[in-house]
Amino acid sequence: MKQLLAFIQKEFYHVFRDKRTLLILFGLPVVQIILFGFALNSEVKNIGISVLDNAHDINSQKIIERIATSSYFLFKEPVRNYSEIEKRFKESSIKCALIFPPDFSSDMMRTGNAQVQVITDASDPNTATIVVNYLNAIISGYQKELNPVGNVSYRIIPEVRLLYNEEQNGSLNFIPGVIALIFMIVCTALTSVSVVREKELGTMEILLVSPFSPVMVLLAKAIPYLVLSVINFIIILMLSVYLLDVQIKGSLLLLFIESIIFIITCLSLGLLISNVTNSQQSAMLMSMMGMMLPTLLFTGFMFPIENMPLIFQVISHIIPSSYYYIIIKAVMLKGLGFSYIWKETLILSGMSIFLLAVALKNFKIRLS
Amino acid sequence: MDKPVIICKDLTKQFGKFKAVDRITFDVYQGEIFGFLGANGAGKTTAMRMLCGLSFPTSGEASVAGFDVYKQKEKIKASIGYMSQKFSLYENLTVFENIEFYGGVYGLSRTEIKQRGEEMVSTLGLGKEAKKLVGELPPGWKQKLAFSVAIFHRPKIVFLDEPTGGVDPITRRQFWDLIYEAASGGITVFVTTHYMDEAEYCNRISVMVDGRVAALDTPANLKKEFNTGSMDDVFYQLARRAQRTGD
Amino acid sequence: MKVLGFLLQKEFRQMFRDKTILAMMFMVPTVQLIILPLAANFEVKNINVAFVDHDHSTYSQKLVNKIASSGYFRVVGSSTSYNDALILVEKNEADIVLEIPAGFERNLIREGSQKVNLSVDAINGTKSAIGGGYLTAVLADFSNSLDVNTKTHFAGREKMQGISITYSDWFNPKKEYKYYMVPGILVLLLTMVGGFITALNIVREKEIGTIEQINVTPIKKWQFILGKLIPFWIVGMIVFTVGLTVMYIVYAIFPKGSIAVLYLFAAVYLVALLGFGLLISTFSNTQLQAMFVAFFFMMIFMLMSGFFTSVDSMPPWARQISNMTPVTHFISVVRPIVLKGSGLLETKMEMLYLAGFAVLLNGLAILNYRKTT
Repeated sequence: MKQLLAFIQKEFYHVFRDKRTLLILFGLPVVQIILFGFALNSEVKNIGISVLDNAHDINSQKIIERIATSSYFLFKEPVRNYSEIEKRFKESSIKCALIFPPDFSSDMMRTGNAQVQVITDASDPNTATIVVNYLNAIISGYQKELNPVGNVSYRIIPEVRLLYNEEQNGSLNFIPGVIALIFMIVCTALTSVSVVREKELGTMEILLVSPFSPVMVLLAKAIPYLVLSVINFIIILMLSVYLLDVQIKGSLLLLFIESIIFIITCLSLGLLISNVTNSQQSAMLMSMMGMMLPTLLFTGFMFPIENMPLIFQVISHIIPSSYYYIIIKAVMLKGLGFSYIWKETLILSGMSIFLLAVALKNFKIRLS
Repeated sequence: MDKPVIICKDLTKQFGKFKAVDRITFDVYQGEIFGFLGANGAGKTTAMRMLCGLSFPTSGEASVAGFDVYKQKEKIKASIGYMSQKFSLYENLTVFENIEFYGGVYGLSRTEIKQRGEEMVSTLGLGKEAKKLVGELPPGWKQKLAFSVAIFHRPKIVFLDEPTGGVDPITRRQFWDLIYEAASGGITVFVTTHYMDEAEYCNRISVMVDGRVAALDTPANLKKEFNTGSMDDVFYQLARRAQRTGD
Repeated sequence: MKVLGFLLQKEFRQMFRDKTILAMMFMVPTVQLIILPLAANFEVKNINVAFVDHDHSTYSQKLVNKIASSGYFRVVGSSTSYNDALILVEKNEADIVLEIPAGFERNLIREGSQKVNLSVDAINGTKSAIGGGYLTAVLADFSNSLDVNTKTHFAGREKMQGISITYSDWFNPKKEYKYYMVPGILVLLLTMVGGFITALNIVREKEIGTIEQINVTPIKKWQFILGKLIPFWIVGMIVFTVGLTVMYIVYAIFPKGSIAVLYLFAAVYLVALLGFGLLISTFSNTQLQAMFVAFFFMMIFMLMSGFFTSVDSMPPWARQISNMTPVTHFISVVRPIVLKGSGLLETKMEMLYLAGFAVLLNGLAILNYRKTT
């Protein structure tokens, strides 16, 4: 037992003495949380818009006012013709243009119907769609204002409730994903690199000749990273709660247990990788390309899985992080209990045990 | 024959409070085989790196091939050859490609390179092996090749940092044959080693202990001075007084 | 100059013997450009809606049908209780619950307005947010269509003042996602290749010891640095070309703007990236360290570049940081050049930024690289 502790202590020294490992270990999650919490969001705001106002009458002015007061748009210099619009688009200084015909108000009076034209820069399709929705809402809102109450005008008013996130905290979307990603990086990449480092330096053989069973040696390598991951997890949770005002709605205990299961999965993956490679570089590359990239793409926190072709959806069902993501969302953000996630927990635990067994068995085989 | 090609006076390299090299003073004469001995951590490699222009001295003076180590490093580099412990030939290039590269870097013309290269290959007895990648050669060959490449441009001085590590005694002997040949051609050889028997092959040796030059003389004189028949013992007596161990 | 020639000869020889570089030049762009756009889909479709209809009237039915047939939504359930529908959200089967209250039709006709409840799964990211927006738009549309029905009723009595809006989508009329994604992925690809290559290569030489051998020769700093930059710059340009080819063959995207301008940007961008790799290599002693540091910065660069989220919606301090990364500036011009036909005139600011980065990063690397320590 004491020897095991000695091993673990040595490993901790390795980690803490190398500033760059620390950078990845602790710096990365902190930076990601800060970026995702404060800088990155999927809202669309400050959309550059220019007006080609051929009418210059009170209605066009009022509409422009309405748009200006909404927080979605940012007005740039007005344009005088279509080629100027094209130029602005090419410069990416505006994303849409609003054009009023010269007889705007008189058209409205005379025929009861006036036309405005909206041109969007659809090279960014999402923004273009959102522009359309926003402008639609603003302009039809104005239209309803013109028609006095009492006139038949149906309005269906949606009352929007944001489930699980009444405070409209934008960070909630990313935190589960960041957590899963960090575990992948720390547990898989760093563990595999650390084991392979011993192989490269030749100290692995020394360890194997020691009175320790080989399995112990591997576990001794993995345990420090388990501890570090848990510390990381706590840091991320604390940052989320205190810096980003996220509430942990479910049971902390359940959260921890599930996280430890996932950590073990990642560690086993790391050990497996270290079995099949001989250089630290390939261990790192394999962890990055082989594990992290699929995690990033197919877990479901960056891009919705349902939109992907079938084969990717299959991949998504094979990688453990997808299940962990569902679990974490359910427990941490929705506050649900075990009954909702027993299936995913079962699958994740199964993967854990399976991978761990394979890693250990593989290790033994390679020795002989 | 009596011109000093390396002169150093009170040369010091300090890292914080730690003096890796502590005011060493000695001269090396042209055509000499000068052995630079010492235990691991005694400061040999650090001293050599200063003389090669790889490291800034903290204080003291030194000149190599007539050029000052502070202000004329690039000129020093053009006049010396170097072979480090790790051999430093490109493993994924062939023998000839390595020769071509280093020849070109030191300013030889392509014809000169071709000519001398062929000479070198036949002297070393490489034959067909010359087409192989350096990584495929056995360590003994790599070593001899590295030395030959280091003197390919006929430098005034060649610095060898523990060049005979990890090879069998026969290969080591052959290596020293090459060194003798180079020295008799006028190249000054400055070699660090911790093999005491190699000390016997040198014209003069210095022994570094704890960053200082503890002894500087011919092997014969040192053996007399320390009243012993083997360099091993000379070294042992000197090293016993050492405070520092390990690199 | 001659020395540079020998250096380059050596580098190229080594490069062709290194199978990983060759594999990378051709395989990585191809694979990435094919997989990533398929996976990286920000498009919002198949939004799962659960209905709770307390009214069961003609209007409520019409509303449900309208939503179901709009093409964006998928009806995953209709129940009589809100809580049942909520369970669907908890199980991740529904993204939005639309609750239509009892008396919907009656109140709408009588009072002219009626509230409905929209409950959105707000931790499901973009999907739900945009889904909610779409749904609101459909509701507004529905109201308008009811208006039309009754307008004819009252025709002649009152003059309605209506505004109709025509929309034109320029540059990508079908609003296909690939046009947005693929050029951006091309830049990311170049970033990953360029950023890591030089750093790893030089640090590997440090590890083996061949760098020391170089430092002891009369090779000048600029010769050494150019000797590393030039071959890897060529590799980068080849990767870019392969990427462009894949973009054309697989996605039928051909740049609307000048290819020369595109290449010019790629060329300058690569110089900046390689300089960054060079800088990292002066700070690292092992390949692993270099990888870690490079990875750390690359991740920040890519997240802040405007590829995943829009730079405009960042708070000002974040926008500053975004502007200080070279990736941002290439991403912000690649789509205009490829899709809108922007030329050097419209993108001169970004070119200046990139040139500035190239000079700065390489300058720092040169200053930091010491032949003598």
